[in-house]
Amino acid sequence: MSAPPAPSRPRLGVFKFASCDGCQLTLLDCEDELLGLADEWDIAHFPEASSAVASGPYDLSLVEGSVSTPEHLERVRRVRAASRYLVTIGACATAGGVQALRNYAGIEEYLATVYARPDYIQSLATSTPIAAHVPVDFELRGCPIDRGQLLEVVTAFLAGRKPAIPNHSVCFSCKRRGNVCVTVAHGVPCLGPVTHAGCGALCPTYGRGCYGCFGPADTTNLPALVPLMHRDGMDDADIARYLHTFNVTAFTAVEEEGPG
Amino acid sequence: MSQSPDTSRILSVPALTRVEGETALRLRIHDRTVTEARLSIYEAPRFFEALLRGRAHTEPPDLTSRICGICPVAYQLSACRAVEDACGVDVDGRLARLRRLLYCGEWIESQTLHIYLLHAPDFLGHDDVIGMSRSEPAHVRRGLRLKQTGNAVVELLGGRAVHPVSVRLGGFHRTPTRTELRPLAERLRVALDDAWDTVQWVAGFDFPDAECEADLLALAEPGTYAIESGVPTVVPYDATHPAWSFPLRTFCDHVTETQVPHSTALHSRLDGRRHLTGSLARYAVSGHLLSPTALEAAAAAGLDDPPLREGRDGTGPGTVCRNPFRSILVRAVEVFYAVEEALRIITEYERPASPYVPVPARSGVGHGATEAPRGLLYHRYAFDGEGRVTDARIIPPTAQNQGAIEEDLRRSVQAALDRGQDAEAELTRLCERVIRNHDPCISCSAHFLDLNLETACPHPTGPA
Repeated sequence: MSAPPAPSRPRLGVFKFASCDGCQLTLLDCEDELLGLADEWDIAHFPEASSAVASGPYDLSLVEGSVSTPEHLERVRRVRAASRYLVTIGACATAGGVQALRNYAGIEEYLATVYARPDYIQSLATSTPIAAHVPVDFELRGCPIDRGQLLEVVTAFLAGRKPAIPNHSVCFSCKRRGNVCVTVAHGVPCLGPVTHAGCGALCPTYGRGCYGCFGPADTTNLPALVPLMHRDGMDDADIARYLHTFNVTAFTAVEEEGPG
Repeated sequence: MSQSPDTSRILSVPALTRVEGETALRLRIHDRTVTEARLSIYEAPRFFEALLRGRAHTEPPDLTSRICGICPVAYQLSACRAVEDACGVDVDGRLARLRRLLYCGEWIESQTLHIYLLHAPDFLGHDDVIGMSRSEPAHVRRGLRLKQTGNAVVELLGGRAVHPVSVRLGGFHRTPTRTELRPLAERLRVALDDAWDTVQWVAGFDFPDAECEADLLALAEPGTYAIESGVPTVVPYDATHPAWSFPLRTFCDHVTETQVPHSTALHSRLDGRRHLTGSLARYAVSGHLLSPTALEAAAAAGLDDPPLREGRDGTGPGTVCRNPFRSILVRAVEVFYAVEEALRIITEYERPASPYVPVPARSGVGHGATEAPRGLLYHRYAFDGEGRVTDARIIPPTAQNQGAIEEDLRRSVQAALDRGQDAEAELTRLCERVIRNHDPCISCSAHFLDLNLETACPHPTGPA
């Protein structure tokens, strides 16, 4: 950054692949902590926020976005090589994101739908998570990630401990928040029972069924949820669309594995 | 930069900083003349128009918000309006005012982000807000506080600032109570002072002379500064031509896109000419509809009267501000207005009888447009009888602005060369400033639909 970094400060890098920028914006949304964070860390690489872009190595790299282009294949390896710890942030980086819907369609069809001259466009046929290409030290879920969880991860790595990020389902957060269950009380279809916690059960708090933006919880029993969703008026195509959105690759893997 | 024997040289900036998304710049200079200025958007294509096909009519608001984490509300509300238009539903009254409140929150946080974190460092000679905070701590703290208040509005109504969860077709999943809004009003009263001080602060910046040669396009809404709805309205570059409007359903007849070889984004033209959307265009089209205090703020910022009304001294219409460097002034005025407007909506708020009106699916085509912080954002959807998306088209502001930005680059660099400034570092910095003036959101730009093969290909000069 502007002042020469104190040698003792660990170096932080923020990197973007195919994404909407919302997860790195979450870092800038930590207004109260942002300047404090800049005291603790030497923010060496964060192009969206700073013109001062320093080369590696980085003690901690936060990586947003999915691997989607030939250039990404090379760059993800360079970022990994330059990083002591690499943490992926958000559903694009952890599961390929909503753009991974193309993995289940034909890339040619997608290209032809959007571009008159697909030959100008460099794109891989699939959108894949960072962990499909390089080792990842920690994955932070969410579309978008939660600000509090991001700070916990950055703080934990600074202190050299494991981030305290729960792996249970959204239902636990809902109970803790004192919400009335939208499915039981109102017959609203909700993916809460199979979705990874982290948002603070936002959707049920707003009277809406969870739509799975944090991807599957560590242990899920999807077959047990399907009859409930049928009861609440969804057919199989509706359920499939519900699951195949922001974390399509992760939920597809759960569907293929069965209860786990 | 490479110096070739024929006195041609190429200036390239491989990755621009302090913009949302990824873009590069390439300038070709021959005999001290800029022969080409290219903004190469290399944001990975994410194919939104394609992945929307076959989805339910309820899904575009949440799906398209993932195009851009910087302005998700803009996507959600443009999508809602387009789907509601196709389904023959008009959301008005209290629910429409609540949508405007949500949008004001996004305007406050997104425009403040641009002013303080992305744009102001250019005027003050800093790399970033962290460096700026060392020399101007009070200003930076104020900026962060203001941005946080914008986020607080979006978070209260929508649950979170990025991809809020409460927006749905016909309104909201849940509307707040008057009591819940009260703490927001207190914060907004503080923000009113912060926004006023922001206007005063940016008014003291040094603005180079520049003029953007483009028609200005923004939505217009009778009696109010258009944000969440309106009719596309043009203030032509040629001042002898009056402002004119066209129906939203004819948007794609007027704003046409062509694919260029050096970008994953398409270039738009308005009836064949370069055009610009965003704060300068909004001020030209709707400035006279700002509140009296916001107009005072504009005058305090050194902006001329808005063009479309009699000037304050009765001497006639004001002038159109076409200097992109001064867009930061309009943004600051817009933030002040959005804070005022949010306060007004909260003060008058009565909880709607129902959080939403039903929007039953039907076959048809719908159009929706709103004023995203960066400019006019247009959505069009076609649905089959099942309510499934058969076709989607999204035209974001940055795609519309790209031609004007490239022309700005060409003119600015040419002017610098004519003044004898040709040091690479100086030119690069100038180019970055010119681009950041327009607050381009590259994430928004990398997904387009153009099936007109005839016009889709200007003569390629080879990829950059």
